[in-house]
Amino acid sequence: MINSFADPLDVLLSLQRALDAQTGSGWLQNQTASQGPFPPINVFQKGDDVLAIIELPGVEKSDLQIQAKENTIRISGKKTTNYPEGSVHRRERVFGEFDRTLSLPIQLDPDRIRAEFRDGVLALMLPRAESEKPRTIKIT
Amino acid sequence: MIGRQHLQVQRKREHETREETTIPTRVFVPTADIYETKDVLAVILEMPGVEKDQITVRVEDGLLYVEGRLDLTKYQGLQPLYIEYNIGHYSRSFQLSSKIDQTKIAAALNDGVLSLTLPKVEDAKPRVITIS
Repeated sequence: MINSFADPLDVLLSLQRALDAQTGSGWLQNQTASQGPFPPINVFQKGDDVLAIIELPGVEKSDLQIQAKENTIRISGKKTTNYPEGSVHRRERVFGEFDRTLSLPIQLDPDRIRAEFRDGVLALMLPRAESEKPRTIKIT
Repeated sequence: MIGRQHLQVQRKREHETREETTIPTRVFVPTADIYETKDVLAVILEMPGVEKDQITVRVEDGLLYVEGRLDLTKYQGLQPLYIEYNIGHYSRSFQLSSKIDQTKIAAALNDGVLSLTLPKVEDAKPRVITIS
């Protein structure tokens, strides 16, 4: 009996597990009707809090809306251009409306969320809700 | 989501450099729009996260070089949880035609978008060379 061949079902099962882990991780679930892949989001951990960094080059601050609720953040707005009349030689940039919801696996403190928009990069400081923070229990 | 088209994410194109880097950094090609009006040629480049003093625009041998360095120290000490895009420096070069006045190139940075204005020369007249 040959045991050295990998079971093809094992491969499928590990793929299944990887996909389940991805979808079950709690990140970016479809919680609202508004969804789209733009803008791309990077999420980092900074101490107890979460920092989301979003690239939005060419979007004006006044065209950007951020809404927060419990553990979801909605980023919506529009990216417009004001090119004068003339012939176009190259068109690589994309323009239009966007609406994206970021869902986090932790409870947020919506009042303490800070947003900073500089050089086309939006940084969202998302503090963990007080009720979420671990407490040290004193042994009496 | 009825009938409304959503913006798609553009994949960042990595710059193909001939030189190898000494430190592990990535260099991307910024997405660009180029349009021409009666008086100017405009080059618009997207370089999110790059600060004004970290951009170099230079003209050399009829080539326009644009370089933007990202301050990567801001990302130090951050533990990634969920990553959708990569970060790195930006670099791109364009060949200029002789109809561009290379001494009068202007640049402006707004919300991570660099706008270069390249004025056309007043008279792109052909010169007559006399044989001595």
